Amino acid sequence: MTKLITIDPVTRIEGHSRITIRLDEHGEVDIARLHITQFRGFEKFVEGRPFQEMPSLTARTCGICPISHLLASAKACDEIMAVRIPESAAMLRRLINYAQIIQSHALSFFHLSSPDLLLGMDSDPALRHILGVAAKFPELAKDGIWLRKFGQQIIELTSGKRIHPSWIVPGGVNQALSPEARDAIVVQLSQALAIARKTLDWFKPVISRFQDEIDSFANFPSLFMALVSPDGTIEHYDGSIRIVDAQRRIVADQIAACDYADTIGEAVEADSYLKSPYFKLLGYPQGIYRVGPLARLNVCERLGTPLAESELGQFRALQPDGAVLSSFHYHCARLIEILHALERVGELLAAPEILGMPVRAIANPNKREGIGVSEAPRGTLIHHYRIDDNGLISWANLIIATGHNNLAMNRGITQVAKRFVKAAKISEGALNRVEAVIRCFDPCLSCSTHALGQMMLRIELVDPAGEMLDCCER
Amino acid sequence: MAKTVTLKISGAELTASEGTTILDLARDNGFFIPTLCHFKGLSAVGACRLCLVEIRGVPRLLAACATRVAEGMDISIDSSRLTKYRQMIVELLLAERNHVCAVCVANGHCELQSLAQRLGVTHTRYPYRYPRFKFDASHPRFNYDPNRCILCTRCLRACEEVEGARTWNVMGRGINSRLGCDLDQPWGRALSCTSCGKCVQVCPTGALSEKGCAVGERTVRQNVLPFLNMMRHSGR
Repeated sequence: MTKLITIDPVTRIEGHSRITIRLDEHGEVDIARLHITQFRGFEKFVEGRPFQEMPSLTARTCGICPISHLLASAKACDEIMAVRIPESAAMLRRLINYAQIIQSHALSFFHLSSPDLLLGMDSDPALRHILGVAAKFPELAKDGIWLRKFGQQIIELTSGKRIHPSWIVPGGVNQALSPEARDAIVVQLSQALAIARKTLDWFKPVISRFQDEIDSFANFPSLFMALVSPDGTIEHYDGSIRIVDAQRRIVADQIAACDYADTIGEAVEADSYLKSPYFKLLGYPQGIYRVGPLARLNVCERLGTPLAESELGQFRALQPDGAVLSSFHYHCARLIEILHALERVGELLAAPEILGMPVRAIANPNKREGIGVSEAPRGTLIHHYRIDDNGLISWANLIIATGHNNLAMNRGITQVAKRFVKAAKISEGALNRVEAVIRCFDPCLSCSTHALGQMMLRIELVDPAGEMLDCCER
Repeated sequence: MAKTVTLKISGAELTASEGTTILDLARDNGFFIPTLCHFKGLSAVGACRLCLVEIRGVPRLLAACATRVAEGMDISIDSSRLTKYRQMIVELLLAERNHVCAVCVANGHCELQSLAQRLGVTHTRYPYRYPRFKFDASHPRFNYDPNRCILCTRCLRACEEVEGARTWNVMGRGINSRLGCDLDQPWGRALSCTSCGKCVQVCPTGALSEKGCAVGERTVRQNVLPFLNMMRHSGR
C-alpha cells in the first residue's frame, strides 16, 4: 500500500510551502514534491500602471530582498527609457546590491540554517532555532545578527529606508550619497570583515561532519547559471548570462539580458504555484539548472577581490574535477559571497565617484520593451516589461531566483528523502533534513509565486488505501 | 464698509467682517479645521464635509468653508462628535478607491494621507471596494489616475475659475463618478486643455501628477494659485 507523508508547513524558509513524500508498496520513498501553496499575482495586477511605478510595485513582492527587485526593475525601466545611467548612480546601485547580499545571506546562514548546523539535524525541534543558537553559541548568534544589521544599515544610510526604499528609480537613484553616510559605513567595515572571516574559519573545518548531508542534499549533476563580466569575473549587478555544466564547461556564454528568453523556458506544473524554468537547449525537465551563490561560484572564473579569491580556491577543492555539486555547499558559498561583498563595498566607498553627481538620467519612454537582469542573493533575477503608447505596462514577466531552482529543489528533496526517510520509522531528524535541503537553496517563495492565470487546479479524490477514485482539472 | 460681527470659536471671542467664512476666520486665528476640497483662491463647494462645525442653537452641522459668520455665533470646531464624523469621512474616502500609499507617487506629500494621520485613522472599518479605474496617461506631460481621486473638484475649479478652460468635469453617477476631459476624451486629446498644469498643482492626492515621477516624488507648488488669482482680479 502506498503512503503519503506531508510536511506542512515547511519551517525556517521565507514563504509558505508543503512537501509531500509518496512511499511505494515496499515502504520506500518513491517521489517527493515541493508544493508552493501561496499565490501573489504581481505579473497581472501591474498591468495598466505607469512603468515608473514598477520598481516600487515589484519591490513589494518581498520584504527580505526588495532591493533585488528594485534593481532588476529599475534596469528594465532604464532600458525602456533607453538611457545609460550616470556612473555614480551605477556605483550606488552596486553598493546597495552588495548590502542586500550581505544582509540576506546573513539571515539565511545564521538565522535560518545555523540551528541545523550548530545544534544538529536531529536535535530537539523546540530549541532548534536562532534563540536556541543564542543560548548555546551566543557569540556566533550575536555575530550573525550584527552582520545582518550592518547590511541593513548600509541600505538605510544610502537609501534612507531599510525596507522598500523608493530611492532606486528608473534612470538611476534619486539622491546622491552623503559623505557622512559613507563614513558611517566605512567605520564598521573592518568589524564586518572580521566576522565574515571568523565564521568561514569556523565553518570550513566542520563541513566534513556533514558528509551524509553533503552526499544527499541535492547532490547531482546539473547546469549552473549566473551573471559574469566579459572576462568571466563574478557579477552581481550587471554583466551577461553564462551557463556551465557539471564539469564547469561553458555551455552558453555572454547571453545579453535581452536574449534570456532564447535560453530559458518556463514550465507550469499542476501541483505548485511556482513555475519551473529550464534550459531550452536541453528541454523540460532535462534542462535543470541551479542559480544562487553555489552557481555563481561554479560559473565564474574569479571573484576579483583578494580575501574571497583565496577562499574560492579552497571552495573549488571541494570538488576538483568540476563544479561543486552538493547543494549543502550553498552555505559555504554564501559565506564566501558575504566576504566578497564586504570587500567590494570597501572598494566602492574608497572611490571618490561614489559621492558624485548626477545620479539620475531623465527621459521619456523611448522603447516599448525592457528587460532587467541582476543577481539577487538567491540567484539570477529577471524582470521583463512591455509598455503601451502611453508608458503603461501592458505585459510583465518576472523570473525569480527561487523559480530557477524549482526543478533542482524537487529533485533534491526526493534524493534526501530516499536517503533518510524509511517507512518503518520516520524520525524528526529525517523530516528536518528534507526541510534542510530546501533551506540550502534559501528559497524566497513569496517572491517567486507572482504569476497569474496559468495555474491549473487539480482535485484528487483518494480512498483510505491511497487509490485515486476520481480526478478533475481545470 | 463691511459690518463687523462678534462671535466665539472654541470659546475664544473673535471679531470678523460680515461675509467672512467661518473657515477663513478660524484659520486666520490659528485654529485647525480639516479640509480637502477647499483651496485658497478657488470658490467653496462644501463637497468633502470635513470642515463641518457645530453652532449652538443650530440643529445640523454646517460646512465651515461655505458658512459665513454671523453676530453671536458660538462655534465648536473639534468636539468628539465632529472628530468621529471626520474620521468616518476619511475612512470612507480610503475605502472607496485604491489609496495604496506605499506605492503612490504622492506618498509623503499627500493631503489625504497626512489628514488621516492627524485624525488618528489607523485602519478603515469599511471594506475596501478595489475599483478598477483606467489610468489615463495619454497627456504628454501629466497623468490622471482615477484610482487615487477623491472627487474634491479642486482641479475642475482651478481649470474653470483661474485658467478659464473648463477642460475637467465630473461624469458618471454615485460611486462610479470620475473626472472627464471635454466630452469624455482621453486627456491627451482634450482640445480645451492648455496644458497649464494648475489642476496638477492643486490636487490633494496622487490622482494628478507630472509624468516621470517615481513613488513618493510628486510634490506640488500650491501657493502659486492665490497669486495668479490676485493678478486676475487686479486685471493685470
